[in-house]
Amino acid sequence: MNLDTNMESAEFLKGRSLWGDARARFFRNKAAVASLIILILISLFAIFGSYVTPWSNEEIDWNLMGDVQTLGGPSIETGHYFGLDPLGRDLFARVVQGTQISLMIGVVGALISVIVGTLYGATAGFVGGRIDNIMMRIVDILMAIPYMFVLILLLVVFGRSIFMLFVGIGMISWLDMARIARGQTLSIKNKEFVEAAVATGVSTPAIILRHIVPNLLGVVIVYATLLVPQMIMFESFISFLGLGVQEPLTSWGALINEGAGQMRYGTLWMLGFPLFFFLISLFAFFFLGDGLRDALDPKDR
Amino acid sequence: MLGFVLRRIAMAIPVILILIVFSFVLMRAAPGGPFTKERALPPVVLENINAKYGLDDPFLVQIGTYLKNIVFHFDFGPSFVYQDRTVNQIIAEGFPVTLTYGFWSFVLAVVIGGGLGILAALKQNTWLDYLAVGFSIGAQAMPNFIMAPILVLIFTLGLGWLPGGGWYTGPGDPNTYSAYLVMPVIALSTSYLASIARLTRSSMLEVLHSNFIRTARAKGLPNRVIIFRHTLKPALIPVISYLGPAFVGMITGSVVVDMFLSTGGIGKDFVQAALNRDYSVIMGITILVGMLTILFNLIVDVLYAWIDPRIRY
Repeated sequence: MNLDTNMESAEFLKGRSLWGDARARFFRNKAAVASLIILILISLFAIFGSYVTPWSNEEIDWNLMGDVQTLGGPSIETGHYFGLDPLGRDLFARVVQGTQISLMIGVVGALISVIVGTLYGATAGFVGGRIDNIMMRIVDILMAIPYMFVLILLLVVFGRSIFMLFVGIGMISWLDMARIARGQTLSIKNKEFVEAAVATGVSTPAIILRHIVPNLLGVVIVYATLLVPQMIMFESFISFLGLGVQEPLTSWGALINEGAGQMRYGTLWMLGFPLFFFLISLFAFFFLGDGLRDALDPKDR
Repeated sequence: MLGFVLRRIAMAIPVILILIVFSFVLMRAAPGGPFTKERALPPVVLENINAKYGLDDPFLVQIGTYLKNIVFHFDFGPSFVYQDRTVNQIIAEGFPVTLTYGFWSFVLAVVIGGGLGILAALKQNTWLDYLAVGFSIGAQAMPNFIMAPILVLIFTLGLGWLPGGGWYTGPGDPNTYSAYLVMPVIALSTSYLASIARLTRSSMLEVLHSNFIRTARAKGLPNRVIIFRHTLKPALIPVISYLGPAFVGMITGSVVVDMFLSTGGIGKDFVQAALNRDYSVIMGITILVGMLTILFNLIVDVLYAWIDPRIRY
């Protein structure tokens, strides 16, 4: 009788889904929530920043150009909130532009890695056997290559462009993801629901897409948020060397390089503003990734 | 064990060959030859130059010669931009410098990072632990190209303690050898030091909470024996597997150090060559770094298999 009443009352209890649980855990993590807010603010800055300033990123302020060192500092009166860059352009507008490009590269790089890496890893893990062996050996070989040098080689040979940068970043970013996806696939491919799908005659690609990949999502999302800052750092590294995005485009790495080159003249705002945006975004991404991992990690459940 | 080492070496050789062939094909696929200048050279001159560098041979012959020279003589050929220098000379000038600060960065990252991680784990939830964790999270976002300008800002422009770049030139130099070494080493090692500290701490904690350590404590072993004899070895195994990526990262980071701090290693030659489209130098350095990477990963793998008996090879 006792059991009966329990069963009845259980029907009225709202079930807690896996994702609902994860959401609750995530919002308890203050650092992660704060990071999320910071990232939203930075995205808003990237999207709407250009409407806030009267200056565009290409215009040169001829009035102050000759005297950037003394008059080009951040000020409200001149309308240059972040000051001028070495060429006399508005640094606020430049940072907005750099933020757009850096964030875009981070997100697109992570997306490529999610799509390619997940499918590759899930296929290798699900199919197994010799094909798995060959596919993962290819990943091993690609991982052994000093990709930064090869990417620079690529950029030199095919000309420097954002597109080439994407190709290069896309080429290497999926390797880790493929390994992670494969490991997860191996652990779920013998579960009953996959067996049921095989038994009812679902084709292999359909099983991978409909049954395996959705179950990888948790791990993939966590790793993807940690990949975004890696991609940003990667691009910034290349742009810092002057081999990445080219004028008139810019990115955090290029701006930091520009600012660092001017340090000796005391115009520290040129280094400070891009550096600030770079650092807080990276911190926010790392904390967000950590928070998501704690929320979605199957070990914790 | 020997079989495992041989098999790993056998796997490494095709990777190096693929890398060489890949970069060679890439280089030849580039639009315009290495001698395409703004002002076109007279055809006869171009022909002579091409003949001198062997560029008029059939493609397969070229690639064969290039491979043969590397494999048998470790010769990367002449530079296409600097007529009087070979790639080998350029590497020979810069490489010892890169190796010097690279070595010290590696030592610093492993010793300080590992030590910090061990200490933090042993003193878990004390101020030392929080400090170490805070530092290692913060330093994650401080890659070499961020550290280098910040260091120059503090130690050269602010305090005036260290030279803002350059390398020791000999006894007449106003600065000491180690003064030149400080900034490259710190810039290069900080983010890896932080990662190693984090990794060591978490794997130490995992081992410290395992059953066999509880048993060791229960039978009354002194703390010293528990830590040195039973904890450290299993705890450091995951750290070893990180040394490969850390090494690669430092080699890559040396490009920034060489560019920003003018240390004169191969990084500067690499970027310069990339900007000048000096293909043979880019290829030579890429291949050299690739070989080093593969060699180092091989050493790490062997070390790993040797230390951890659970690994089947």
